[in-house]
Amino acid sequence: MNTTIMLFLVQDGITNGAIYALLGLALVLVFAVTRVILIPQGEFVTYGALTYASLAAGQMPGTAKLALALGIGAFAFDLFVARKALHGRLVVRSCITNIVLPAIVLALTIYFAAQKPPVAVCIALSLVIVAMIGLYLYRIAFQPLAHTSVLVLLIASVGVHLALQGLGLLFFGAEGQRGPAVLSGAFTAGALRFTGQSITVYAITIAFIVGLWLFFGLTLYGKALRATAVNRLGARLAGIRTTLSGQIAFLLASVIGALSGIMIVPITTLYYDSGFLIGLKGFVAAIIGGLVSYPLTAVAALVVGIVEAFSSFYASNYKEVIVFMLLIPVLLLRSLAAPAVEEEKD
Amino acid sequence: MSALLSVTDAHVAYGKVEAVRSVSLEVGTNEIVTIVGANGAGKTTLLSAIMGILPLKGRVAFAGQDLARLDIEDRVAMGLGLVPEHRELFVTMNVEDNLELGAFRIERSRAKSSIERVYALFPRLKERRKQLAGTLSGGEQQMLAMGRALMGEPKLLMLDEPSLGLAPIIVADIFRIVTELRAAGVSVLLVEQNAQAALKIADHAYVMELGEFVLSGKASDIAANERVAASYLGFQHEGASAI
Repeated sequence: MNTTIMLFLVQDGITNGAIYALLGLALVLVFAVTRVILIPQGEFVTYGALTYASLAAGQMPGTAKLALALGIGAFAFDLFVARKALHGRLVVRSCITNIVLPAIVLALTIYFAAQKPPVAVCIALSLVIVAMIGLYLYRIAFQPLAHTSVLVLLIASVGVHLALQGLGLLFFGAEGQRGPAVLSGAFTAGALRFTGQSITVYAITIAFIVGLWLFFGLTLYGKALRATAVNRLGARLAGIRTTLSGQIAFLLASVIGALSGIMIVPITTLYYDSGFLIGLKGFVAAIIGGLVSYPLTAVAALVVGIVEAFSSFYASNYKEVIVFMLLIPVLLLRSLAAPAVEEEKD
Repeated sequence: MSALLSVTDAHVAYGKVEAVRSVSLEVGTNEIVTIVGANGAGKTTLLSAIMGILPLKGRVAFAGQDLARLDIEDRVAMGLGLVPEHRELFVTMNVEDNLELGAFRIERSRAKSSIERVYALFPRLKERRKQLAGTLSGGEQQMLAMGRALMGEPKLLMLDEPSLGLAPIIVADIFRIVTELRAAGVSVLLVEQNAQAALKIADHAYVMELGEFVLSGKASDIAANERVAASYLGFQHEGASAI
């Protein structure tokens, strides 16, 4: 092989790896805070991507309606839980976040979808829609199970994944879509050609990682999230609600997922079920990071991206197999390094 | 005047096993109350249930309000604080972050001044404020756990075995600080195996055995009661060694 091809593959790998890194970080975050292994992360990716592509093509995305439907569900859950001690402020607040907000977004979506909105509007609407879906999903599917075991949460997670994938087929159909590039144009440096889109991917990934780092290191809510991950009981004794931490974690994860989707969809055609495999690669990185280490996850994600790029060049039929085989030596080493760990009991 | 905390006919069970049976207690404002008793008597269980960590059958009222429907976090916001036996610190975060998070429910401006008060109470924590909580010594961790609870501006602080596994000098320090807290207007409910030390600083005491209160009264009376001392507390008066 010559150096040019190698450089191309590395570049391609890093572009994909950057996206896997974001997804992997979101998985680690959600697991640390809520103990949920977020399999529907992939659906956040497809929902973000396809909502964006639909809007850009002047079509009405079904996800906006789903957000409102889930919001109504979340509102019902709130009322049911507080049924013995209902007071006005709680009802009003829940109604605003769960019903009024998605209703406004739905109205905006209907308004804009009819007139092929500019790229920025498409991005903003897609992010908000998917963020709301993430938030309400936590309320409906995971918050009521928060005290159960990791296994129960995992099964709920699989259920949510299947449901969202089915709904994705309903909303977007079986055909794939592509979206417009966020940043068009390109420039060449030596043998490499950088498209505006790949620059966008790098810039957003780096900005997000720096942003997350600042959020966790400096802000009270970021610290509260870390505290919940480190010691759930300790956090509750400090007055930090586990549900609040869970909401923030899911909100971040869904925004990261949707953003990743919006970055991928101008490069690759995405289908309603493409997200699963993409999310799974983020998951491979997260597992290599032991579901706890953020830096290790980010590095592992770049490795996953590069291995994938090379294997699709040499043995494209086996590229997924090769990527997932990365897990075997890692799991083997980890199981040797750490003796059987009992599941935490709280 | 009504009590700050009043527990009436409380039962706490792990499945079918009742660890606490028909217990009633009161803690008044500006009062140190201690629950003493042997290992396994149900003291920790009782504190956990008052805090809302374990379900409790019976009535718990704090500052005149029934706590039955309130979560741990709501109880914290009302001014009930617990320093648990295992301290439950955020071990991968530094001392200052641990303290800052203790004031999660408190206004930012007030939290700033509380942190200075906590540092004044525990100068060791100020020296180590950038150190990770997990790397502190046992005594320092205990101080941090107390400091974090105090950051939430509790009206009543419940301490679960604060002396466990600590050197005598540090234990003395911690007990001195408990009396200072009372002077600063914080009531204390202290659970201790080290009955002698606890009874010395407490106003009122309950003796717990096998999930029930077998005796209660002024702390000095309980401490002076030789029969009680010998049979329930595992020590004898006048220099006899502890069993």
